[in-house]
Amino acid sequence: MQNTFKLFNKFYFSKYYRKNSMIIGLDVGGTHTDVVLLSGKGFIKRVKVPTDPSDLFNTVLTGITELLINIAPEKIEKIILSTTLTTNAVIQQNVNPVGVIVSSGPGINPEFFGTDEHYYIVKGAIDHRGRETQKINEREIEDVAEKLKKAGIEYVAVVGKFSVRNPSHEILIKRILSKHFKKIFMGHNVSGNLNFPRRISTAHLNAAVYSMHKEFFTAVKESLDKKGITAPIQVLKADGGTMSLDASIEFPAQTVLSGPAASIVGAIPHAEENKDTLVLDIGGTTTDIAILVNKTPILEPVGIRRGIYKSLIRSLKTYSKGIGGDSFVKVQDGNLVIGPERRGSAMAFGGSDPTPTDAIVYLGIMDSGDKELAGRGIAQIADQLNISRDNAANQILKTTCKIIVDQSMKMVERINKKPVYTVHEFMEGYKIKPERILLLGGPAKYFAHQIKEISGIETRAVPLSSVANAIGAALARTTCEVSLIADTEQGIATIHEEDYAEPISKSYTEDDAMETAYTILKEKALSLGASEDELEEVEVIEFQEFNIVRNFSPKGKIFRMKIQIKPGLAHGYEKMKFETTGLNN
Amino acid sequence: MLKAKNKTGLVFFPAFDWAIDPIHPEREERLLYTQDQVAEEGIFDIEGIIEFKPDIVTKDDIRRTHFCVPDEKTVTTESHLISAGGAVSIAKAVMEKKIETGFALVRPPGHHSMRITHGGRGFCHINMEAIMVEYIRSEYGIKRVAIVDTDCHHGDGTNNIFWHDPNVLFISMHQDGRTMYPGSGFPNELGGPNAIGTNLNIPLPPGTSAEGYLYLMENTVMPAIEDFKPDIIVNSAGQDNHYTDPLTNMNFSAQGYADLTTMLKPDIAVLEGGYSIEGALPYVNLGIILAMAGLDYSGVIEPDFNPEKLRQSQLITDKIKSTSEQINKSFQNREELREKAGKHGEIQQKTREIYYDTDNLYERQNEKIRVCRDCGGTLEINSKATPGQHILAIHIPHQACDECIEAGYDIFDKADTEKYDNIFLQDRPKDIYKIKEK
Repeated sequence: MQNTFKLFNKFYFSKYYRKNSMIIGLDVGGTHTDVVLLSGKGFIKRVKVPTDPSDLFNTVLTGITELLINIAPEKIEKIILSTTLTTNAVIQQNVNPVGVIVSSGPGINPEFFGTDEHYYIVKGAIDHRGRETQKINEREIEDVAEKLKKAGIEYVAVVGKFSVRNPSHEILIKRILSKHFKKIFMGHNVSGNLNFPRRISTAHLNAAVYSMHKEFFTAVKESLDKKGITAPIQVLKADGGTMSLDASIEFPAQTVLSGPAASIVGAIPHAEENKDTLVLDIGGTTTDIAILVNKTPILEPVGIRRGIYKSLIRSLKTYSKGIGGDSFVKVQDGNLVIGPERRGSAMAFGGSDPTPTDAIVYLGIMDSGDKELAGRGIAQIADQLNISRDNAANQILKTTCKIIVDQSMKMVERINKKPVYTVHEFMEGYKIKPERILLLGGPAKYFAHQIKEISGIETRAVPLSSVANAIGAALARTTCEVSLIADTEQGIATIHEEDYAEPISKSYTEDDAMETAYTILKEKALSLGASEDELEEVEVIEFQEFNIVRNFSPKGKIFRMKIQIKPGLAHGYEKMKFETTGLNN
Repeated sequence: MLKAKNKTGLVFFPAFDWAIDPIHPEREERLLYTQDQVAEEGIFDIEGIIEFKPDIVTKDDIRRTHFCVPDEKTVTTESHLISAGGAVSIAKAVMEKKIETGFALVRPPGHHSMRITHGGRGFCHINMEAIMVEYIRSEYGIKRVAIVDTDCHHGDGTNNIFWHDPNVLFISMHQDGRTMYPGSGFPNELGGPNAIGTNLNIPLPPGTSAEGYLYLMENTVMPAIEDFKPDIIVNSAGQDNHYTDPLTNMNFSAQGYADLTTMLKPDIAVLEGGYSIEGALPYVNLGIILAMAGLDYSGVIEPDFNPEKLRQSQLITDKIKSTSEQINKSFQNREELREKAGKHGEIQQKTREIYYDTDNLYERQNEKIRVCRDCGGTLEINSKATPGQHILAIHIPHQACDECIEAGYDIFDKADTEKYDNIFLQDRPKDIYKIKEK
């Protein structure tokens, strides 16, 4: 009965319901945390609280508490959190010790992918089509379990090469280990993508941050409950989508680096349909560049990579360049050099070295800050270049914008040059051509004019650009993807990351593949907390069909399909108004 | 953290939407499992391994190498142009020192395509390596090139293209032509009168294993390369010597291929044949990539690898030794053999028939080469395909002497347009291609 009511309610009153309820978006940043309150009509309120990296729990709670002063908690429909919890834990190496057991078979020596002393390579191999070529030795697994237990290990990651083609070895190893350990993570569950080394690092990361993540979010939920805020909590992922708190506990690694994704989603309401848009998040130290194609952000093809860290975590494609409002400006061999070094804040705000911010304060583009102090910084540069101060300030501003535009165009070029594997894609493949630039971040609007001049592309700063990140978190829809492989010679269709397998006949078709993939995608999305109406945002990312030919005769077909609920705005919030709020920053 | 010792470039173009026909061995599925293996190993995450997008070659790029009859568009598909473009993009990256070594994993293959191409033979329509070599000779001033063809089938197309070229050392190791398509490539096939000894054909008995291949590498191939001193080494990396290949009868392995690559140190490798798409290609390609990058490949072993079963017989070992000695002798005596082959300025003639198995057509050729002590010599080919066109093709070689250039244009000017469907001239020194107007 209760269920029926819920469905009825959603179906008939969803729009009305949304207009009268509110959502909270919270994004933890390095120095401060932004929290916003939105309704279906638009922006209501924001607060900024300082981030205490040693006590994120308090930071989050303070932010929400301050936001809800004079707001009835029962009006809150949902809360979306984007935190740096996992990211910080990884950077600080402040994580659980994890036992890692890998079985690899032929190929690169798996010793290279060793995590630490709790890394064990065991027998057992699966080939590229998911056939067992070497059995697991159960005795060997028992021995490893003993050693891990003696070392005090509680969390284990089990990863096999080609386990996304056949996870039976991982499942068998987990079964043997299960009585000995608190929680065991299997590689095939982290992603349907191929990449054994990344599968190892991603499964390891999930196991490593599991208990910390679980404790943190359990505590947040309990505290909010006590305050009467019982709205469901969702957690933002690196792909700019959300998942339920419960789901995040199973896959905590997916919350890593959700901050940049939050900002990009925050730009979506201001992007135009059927146009390619560059999103530039200009901060103090760095500029993050991302691309929207028809209001949908571009994803990393395999998963997040940051420096040497590579994973299978679904993520938006961003490129980070060390240039921003507070970059250190100097003259070297008669040329202006801007960034990547940052020595502190701008001179206009009490810093000791000239920055691009000083240029915009000096030129009167920005009316806060001490113009005289800014002028001193500009004078240093002007003297070294032997030009006027006005000229120096203009050159700093132009050079900064030129670097940002050049880097953005290089990123577009790299994506357009991405290798493709079919004649059709080679000849007809989509080429990104940015026609709009949206700027985010504190100093964004002061750079807009110059960026437009240099790029020749219509440019504007998004309204409320300094809290676009929190708005993005609030507006994000639930996302997920599934990878189906059907092999009619072996008579099986599988989506191993969802532990799904079904027997199929020789007459299996593309439509059958689509039907199965969509059904499983839907189940997955609902379990992650998606609403029914978000299930329409489905996109086929990849589809390939092959004849299996042996000795000049057809033996069957292989179908490969990857579909996703693409990142974007949650249903009911696509047409939000920001301009009417009276706030423009 | 894995780091490649040699900065290595890869072009991967599996042409997942192109096949000769639905059940042909040269089909969409061919590199599917290789791509899976390469992706699963995380090859592109290794520092110093870079993936490049293939280029697409133009009509002009093809015309440096081939006479396409009736024209380039009819003979090729887009997939051929991208496959050749893959080889070119790797070569460019090597030339521009973006990488030290590179491998174009492309399809379709090309090493059975000869200078004149009326269509497909041995699954090949245009020759990827030859187009690439002519590209870098024109664009980067490369003079001396060594091409080592390790496909199980004789690289008769490449052999034909460089037959008269003393600046290209072409070496093919392949299953004995008496037991295998295309039926050529014997030790006495050493090149035309101007280039004897820069074409080395090494037939191998069926059942040859890694031991035999590596023996030849050490005793014949590497010494010849050292002596020839090429500016660049190209490997036509066919993978059908593998013990699981359905079309051949050899006992080579992934470890063997990787060892061979380590010895050869090719600047550029281009995939050719290889039709054991599950049992061989994923492992052989991985072995070659790791060997090129200078990484440990000792773990790249086929699941069913059994060295005992693959051991070659003493008879094979003895046969290979004697072939090796015979070829070494010819190579060492090449100057002398060239002297004996003809007098400077004389024209030598040869006729032959070529069967295009893929497109089922016959070609009759009458070839005239100008014996020249100063260059590769101007070449005149009268070619008639059935079904197909009757053409006259004139090739003035790279670094041609003035006499040969003059001779070439003389033939072109005098040729009677009434007698031929088309008359073509390839002027390599000027890098131009002419079609005589009727």
